[in-house]
Amino acid sequence: MFKILHAEFLAPGIKRFVIEAPRIAHKQKPGQFVILRLYEQGERIPITIEHSDPERGTIRIVVQSVGKTTHLLNSLKAGDSILDVVGPLGKPSEIAKFGTVVVMGGGVGTAMAYPTAAALKHAGNRVISIVGARNKELVILERELREVSDALMITTDDGSYADKGFVTDKLRQLIENGTRIDLVLAIGPIPMMRAVAEMTRKEHIRTIVSLNPIMIDGTGMCGGCRVLVDGKSEFACVDGPEFDAHRVDFAVLVQRNSMYRAAEQQSMEEFQRETEAQRKTKSQRETEAQRETVPAGQTGACAAQGDVR
Amino acid sequence: MTQPAKQPSLNPLPLKERMKVPKQHMLEQPPLLRATNFTEVNLGYSEELARQEALRCLECAKPVCMIDCPVGVKVKEFVQLIVAGDFLGAAAKIREDNVLPAITGRVCPQEDHCEGGCLMGKKVEPLGIGYLERFVADYEQQHFDVKNIVRAAPTGKKVAIVGSGPSGLTAAGDLVQKGHEVRVFEALHEIGGVLVYGIPEFRLPKAIIRQQVDYMRAMGVEFETDVVVGRTVTIDELMEEEGYDAVFIGTGAGSPQFMGIPGEHLNGVYSANEFLTRINLMHAYEFPKYDEPMLDFRGKNVAVIGGGNTALDAIRSALRLGAGKAFILYRRSEAEMPARIEEVKHARQEGIEFQVLAAPLEFLDDGTGWLAGARCQKMALGEPDASGRRRPVPIEGSEYEIPLAVAVIAIGTSANPIVQSTTPGLNTNKRNYIEADAVTQRTSRRGVFAGGDIVTGSATVILAMGAGRRAAQSIHEYLTTSGEW
Repeated sequence: MFKILHAEFLAPGIKRFVIEAPRIAHKQKPGQFVILRLYEQGERIPITIEHSDPERGTIRIVVQSVGKTTHLLNSLKAGDSILDVVGPLGKPSEIAKFGTVVVMGGGVGTAMAYPTAAALKHAGNRVISIVGARNKELVILERELREVSDALMITTDDGSYADKGFVTDKLRQLIENGTRIDLVLAIGPIPMMRAVAEMTRKEHIRTIVSLNPIMIDGTGMCGGCRVLVDGKSEFACVDGPEFDAHRVDFAVLVQRNSMYRAAEQQSMEEFQRETEAQRKTKSQRETEAQRETVPAGQTGACAAQGDVR
Repeated sequence: MTQPAKQPSLNPLPLKERMKVPKQHMLEQPPLLRATNFTEVNLGYSEELARQEALRCLECAKPVCMIDCPVGVKVKEFVQLIVAGDFLGAAAKIREDNVLPAITGRVCPQEDHCEGGCLMGKKVEPLGIGYLERFVADYEQQHFDVKNIVRAAPTGKKVAIVGSGPSGLTAAGDLVQKGHEVRVFEALHEIGGVLVYGIPEFRLPKAIIRQQVDYMRAMGVEFETDVVVGRTVTIDELMEEEGYDAVFIGTGAGSPQFMGIPGEHLNGVYSANEFLTRINLMHAYEFPKYDEPMLDFRGKNVAVIGGGNTALDAIRSALRLGAGKAFILYRRSEAEMPARIEEVKHARQEGIEFQVLAAPLEFLDDGTGWLAGARCQKMALGEPDASGRRRPVPIEGSEYEIPLAVAVIAIGTSANPIVQSTTPGLNTNKRNYIEADAVTQRTSRRGVFAGGDIVTGSATVILAMGAGRRAAQSIHEYLTTSGEW
């Protein structure tokens, strides 16, 4: 059991957790991830570690609600526990003095790019960060990234904050301005990483992406997370998760990630039905409680909602 | 032929009469029923059946059964105790050499070991040693109180076991019995390694593994899950910072091999490890009760490529998920198949087809990234290869196509590199397996021992257990002597 010490929403549907995991905190390096399992019947999902504090023995993760497991996870609060947290997994990011590095984060990918950006800055690189989000509310870690960047650019799809457009627009501007770029690190949705790869390929700029295929054990045992790199299968969990973007077959990644779409939808729909039913029972119970003028705060429903087990 | 045993036999039957007792077969779920569920196929012996079967033992003066057992179970002695009706005594006798009797009784290829050399088998059918072992182990679970386990006096030495598969569990059990403090580190969330993620419920129920592990806990073994040694903590850190006097590496050959043919990335193509892990460890066959999803197999054509126990576990699992047509695609003939005889028999009864002397050349895309079929090639048998089995030789112009919705590749595994790459000075061979002495299981690193598949490459549960046993003995010697290396 791994205790959640702190939990806060950074944006709607995006939550940051501080989790007690001394062994992992002691070993984590930027670019690595953990695999979580919330409860006995749960699946195992990989989540990048945003930060770790070896002194306190804690790690930090940022989670976006997408499917059933991430929705459940984001319903947890400080004081709750996660059944299994294993890591740090994957190869750490390559940290060296490259020169000028452009770090690009799309959506919640920003949280994954952040630790590497910080390490690259620490290694003496000039770090230009580009962060993209759908709208103003979803821009995360702006302050943290600003601290470790020589320049920070922000785009929103709808123009509700900073510049309207995509992160690739900013990258194009940099390239067109003749900025010397030695390395690009892009972490975000697959279409974004793919677009970045296409843009830098022509310019012969070395580009690293962090891939998020379906994964089970995370130790190289199952081969489910295999990605096609230069026409050969590599395992994202042990050979990655970071790969040379120009060698990755993104079409295969998209296709393999769609493998369980039907089942995922079914899971999510049933989860929503259950949550809705629970919510109704809860409000019913509250109404009844009010009627009976019993002091509030004694129903078990709140705890049940937080404790997924 | 056989010499009378020195001690008076507990068996009332004269030798000649024993040959006339028919082999007692274990009750099984009927094939058509069990093909629709994941419940165990074999239902076990009754006490009466077990005693009947035990009566068949000839009590050889030189018991080949024991000599052929990788962990040296005293078969003759435990079988005699069954004859005498002392089932707990029989279980204790097995436990002197084997800490996982309920597991080996189910998954050991007895025909290659104890039963293979049984004299009865030369005339009629061999003694059902595996069945008898399973019976007494299950009897022990039902009748023995783990509170009665006597713990050895502590030696003050600490041993870390890396991996909770058959070799690690065996080493842990033996070491704790010698009084050492033992902690087992497991990467996954469940204890058991390949026993949990690899072997399906219908052959080895999870409850049995849990019972055996609980027994080991009662013996004093500590377990820590969610630790990937090499990542979460290194071997050096275990020894230098956490005070372990010795480490045993039993991480298994967990990395799946692919065939390197076109189309392996298509949706619907699995490694056996992934397919079985989804089903066994993650309970995908119970979706949506469990969250881990599985494709809809109902009515679909499913092929498993390979001829070992893993291949059979996979195809029989596919059948239980509702596959319309489930078949094995194996490049040699049935005679060369490495699977246990009983598994092949059970699979055939359940309706699994065997397409032997054939191998896929390419997986075919349906145009949307999903598997549509395979282009295969027929094979003939040539000269024996390094394994001693006749080599498959492709027949020119024999290509044919088969429609498939799912293909599972079960052609073997290779070394998982995590421990090797994070342990300086640990020597490995060309294929990245850890080099360890065949008797002492010592590696190139002082205080570090290794055994099981991570040393030998894919083998069987019992061979890994044998290595764990040798390692435990060797670790004990190392810890209780001057510790020379």
